[in-house]
Amino acid sequence: MSTLAAVVGIGQTKYTTKREDVSIAGLVREAAARALQDADLGWDDIDAVIVGKAPDMFEGVVMPEIYLTDALGCNGKPMLRVHTAGSVGGSTALVAASHVQSGAFKRVLTVAFEKQSESNAMWALSNPQPFSTHLNAGAGGYFAPIIREYIRRSGAPYDTGIKVAVKDRLHGARNPLAHLQLPNINMQEVEESFMLWDPIRYLESCPSSDGACAMVIASEELADKAARPPAWIRGVAMRSEPTMYAGREEVNPQAGRDCAADVYKQAGITDPRKDLDVAEVYVPFSWYEPMWLENLGFAPEGEGWKLTMEGATSLIDGGDIPWNPSGGVLSSNPIGASGMIRFAEAARQVRGECGEHQVEGAKLALGHAYGGGAQFFAMWVVGAEKG
Amino acid sequence: MGQSNMKEIAIVAYQQSDCVSDAGAANEVELIIPVLGKVFEQVGITNAQDVDFVCSGSCDYLQGAAFAFVMGVDALGAVPPIKESHVEMDAAWALYESMLKIRMGHAESALIYGFGKSSPGELPNVLSQQLDPYYLAPLWVDTISLAAMQARLMLDQGLITERDMAEVVARSRRNAQGNPHAQLGGDVSAEDVLAQQTYVSPLRKADICPVSDGASAVVIATVEKAREWGVPYAVISGIDHCIETHNLGVRDLTDSISTRRAAANAGVGDGRVDVAELYAPFSHQEIILSRALELGEDTRVNPSGGVLAGNLMMASGLSRIGEVFNRIVAGEAQRGVAHATSGPCLQHNLVTVLEKGETA
Amino acid sequence: MSDENNVGEDNETVTGIEAPIYLKYNFTAGAAASRFLTRIKEGVLTGQRCPRCSQVYIPPRGSCAACGVPTEEEVELADKATVESFTIVSIPIPGNPIEPPFVVANLVPDGANISVIHLLSECDNAEVHIGQRVQAVWKPQEEWGYALDNIRYFKPLDEPDVPVERIGKLPVTGLEG
Ligand SMILES: [Zn+2]
Repeated sequence: MSTLAAVVGIGQTKYTTKREDVSIAGLVREAAARALQDADLGWDDIDAVIVGKAPDMFEGVVMPEIYLTDALGCNGKPMLRVHTAGSVGGSTALVAASHVQSGAFKRVLTVAFEKQSESNAMWALSNPQPFSTHLNAGAGGYFAPIIREYIRRSGAPYDTGIKVAVKDRLHGARNPLAHLQLPNINMQEVEESFMLWDPIRYLESCPSSDGACAMVIASEELADKAARPPAWIRGVAMRSEPTMYAGREEVNPQAGRDCAADVYKQAGITDPRKDLDVAEVYVPFSWYEPMWLENLGFAPEGEGWKLTMEGATSLIDGGDIPWNPSGGVLSSNPIGASGMIRFAEAARQVRGECGEHQVEGAKLALGHAYGGGAQFFAMWVVGAEKG
Repeated sequence: MGQSNMKEIAIVAYQQSDCVSDAGAANEVELIIPVLGKVFEQVGITNAQDVDFVCSGSCDYLQGAAFAFVMGVDALGAVPPIKESHVEMDAAWALYESMLKIRMGHAESALIYGFGKSSPGELPNVLSQQLDPYYLAPLWVDTISLAAMQARLMLDQGLITERDMAEVVARSRRNAQGNPHAQLGGDVSAEDVLAQQTYVSPLRKADICPVSDGASAVVIATVEKAREWGVPYAVISGIDHCIETHNLGVRDLTDSISTRRAAANAGVGDGRVDVAELYAPFSHQEIILSRALELGEDTRVNPSGGVLAGNLMMASGLSRIGEVFNRIVAGEAQRGVAHATSGPCLQHNLVTVLEKGETA
Repeated sequence: MSDENNVGEDNETVTGIEAPIYLKYNFTAGAAASRFLTRIKEGVLTGQRCPRCSQVYIPPRGSCAACGVPTEEEVELADKATVESFTIVSIPIPGNPIEPPFVVANLVPDGANISVIHLLSECDNAEVHIGQRVQAVWKPQEEWGYALDNIRYFKPLDEPDVPVERIGKLPVTGLEG
């Protein structure tokens, strides 16, 4: 069975709209070097490098890992490049973990990034395909109708999304690496922000960021000797389903439910709200918090919004299950890295190194990512203890 | 990684579509579905629900649309949801990822597929955008020109002759006659090749692999599972891969040190190599690879014709593994080596060693 | 050291270069989509039925994503549809020919089991709702090409709403059927 593995080093860049001072190579190296430094290791201590990012068209470089090998100290080593749409940061962490959990490697480096400012992501996403109706609606145009259906079914109050938008930005203001720093944001400001794709307002959407996130994952033997507390990987799961099929449940996708059930089982979690201390969940539009609260089993179907409205997911309100204390995707969104940031922030919580956005005494955390038409899911559970 | 102390993993099925220069109206899903149907049939299973993991390899830029691989999921029957992942690489690396999944005990079997429809774009130009985006890509140095420079180095250093290259082509064409899926086969002699004009000097058109559309698929499983399925199999006794610097000026382009390293780690030299399938998109690269793998006279190289006879981008590396599997289960070989490559001038190389399994 | 080799203090730091990428592709729609587009040029919406689960897909993609099997059987659909869900798009996107705010809706044509995304117009945006009945407004026939935007948009129909549990399950004859 799988060998125990742990995160022993984490490095992130400061997320921002445009990193003009570094190349793509410079960006990934910055995160990777910080992860190595955190692990108190050098480039030679790494056995393989696993790279993830969203579509190559975001930077206009075909299979960029081929060029990034030098910056990542990978020459003479195995390099793998993962691409699973928006979930890629999470999937990449899982593929990296599998290098160690399989017993094949002792210590690997994994990096996910996006430097959207180098190209035009809006173009890459709405690049018109001949023969199809070009509605120029973007990602929000796809997800807004699904959110509307959620609201209809659950009867959630209209300001649930607004509440999430405020909460995640207040969290983000406690995380110096978060892109958006909005310490004075309030409900009224979000409500009055421009309605982009009804019911999604401007301030209920994620920003577009440049950034990279890296982790060093090591075997049990090496993690036991790590420089700083390891985050033990207690469960890993991924699930996929097609974008469109007749009768597909889009609001509460089965792939997400199955993935969560799988990862909880491995980690011995029976009641996620009670058993987990904190969750970093991929919420690019505010309404996805209540939706995923239900999908991931933190609340019964139709009642996710109640947790949000009660403040259960707010670190600042002293909620019992803080979601996205880092500020989440709503505060920073370098697309290809966003999933890995969730996984890394979960690990940082159980390592107890989050400073202002630390959930006191966090021992067990969920990292979550999704992508495509909410059809690709990747999750892990990390713990301060081996289990 | 070798097999020591680990669950033995075997190839149990392989299918490839015909390599065609233009698949016409068929889109990626339509290229994949028939291949998947056949590979499921070969194992006696229905769809992706009957394996524990699925991993694919493809490249968005081949067809010029972001998230090209997402459509691939439509071909799988992924309801209820499946464990699935994707590499933006040749599917040989998807096989590597799948092996890790099996090794860690999260799967006993996996479906791997790769697909590419390169005909819609201008492949050598598309691939030029793999190069360093600040220094090289803006120069639009295409893959053929880079390979030509590599061949020039080989020729000028006396490491090969143009006849050596022509003989690689001639053997590929002859072998391809026995491969129903090959695009270019024929009774061609080295003289015929040498009589051709050079295209991008010193390369002749025949030294360059064709552009092909198509897909291939492989099913792997633990040996226990393979026996349970009751299908012939070939054991993966070793697999490793390795990347080199992207800086072409730093590399010795006349050799492939990453192939040598991967071969050593995969244990290529631990036994006789009856057959080798090498992903050499240019004739001189087959010679570089044969030397790096230290293949002797008794090794049959590219009995399928190799990629000079048809090159499915993102699937050819997986197909090399499948072709060696075919030779082993057909009883033509006991042990073989498959090679896959990625990046300009053989920058990244994967080596797999397959061996005949014990008969059940 | 000569002047040319000396990066002078007055030189600006380079923070980026323009390197436009032009790549030409001959896009292919796929065999199933080609048949669909051929029929829509004739003003007919068609779907494909899955031989295994009998669900009808539009636009057809040549396979049933749920079953993973090829789909062959062509089914003619109505140009009446039901709103499965929708959004009002207010975001101005450069080059967008459509004036915001406009309604983008997931619409299930009668006879199909899956929605297509299209525009909804000739309506009060505030009145649009899930379950609403709509019908295609076609461009003049002489403008028809191989494209779904032969339908300019959908507009509301004066028919009773479809109960939520029946959305995506109507026969080609619509509510009456
Ligand atoms: Zn079906």
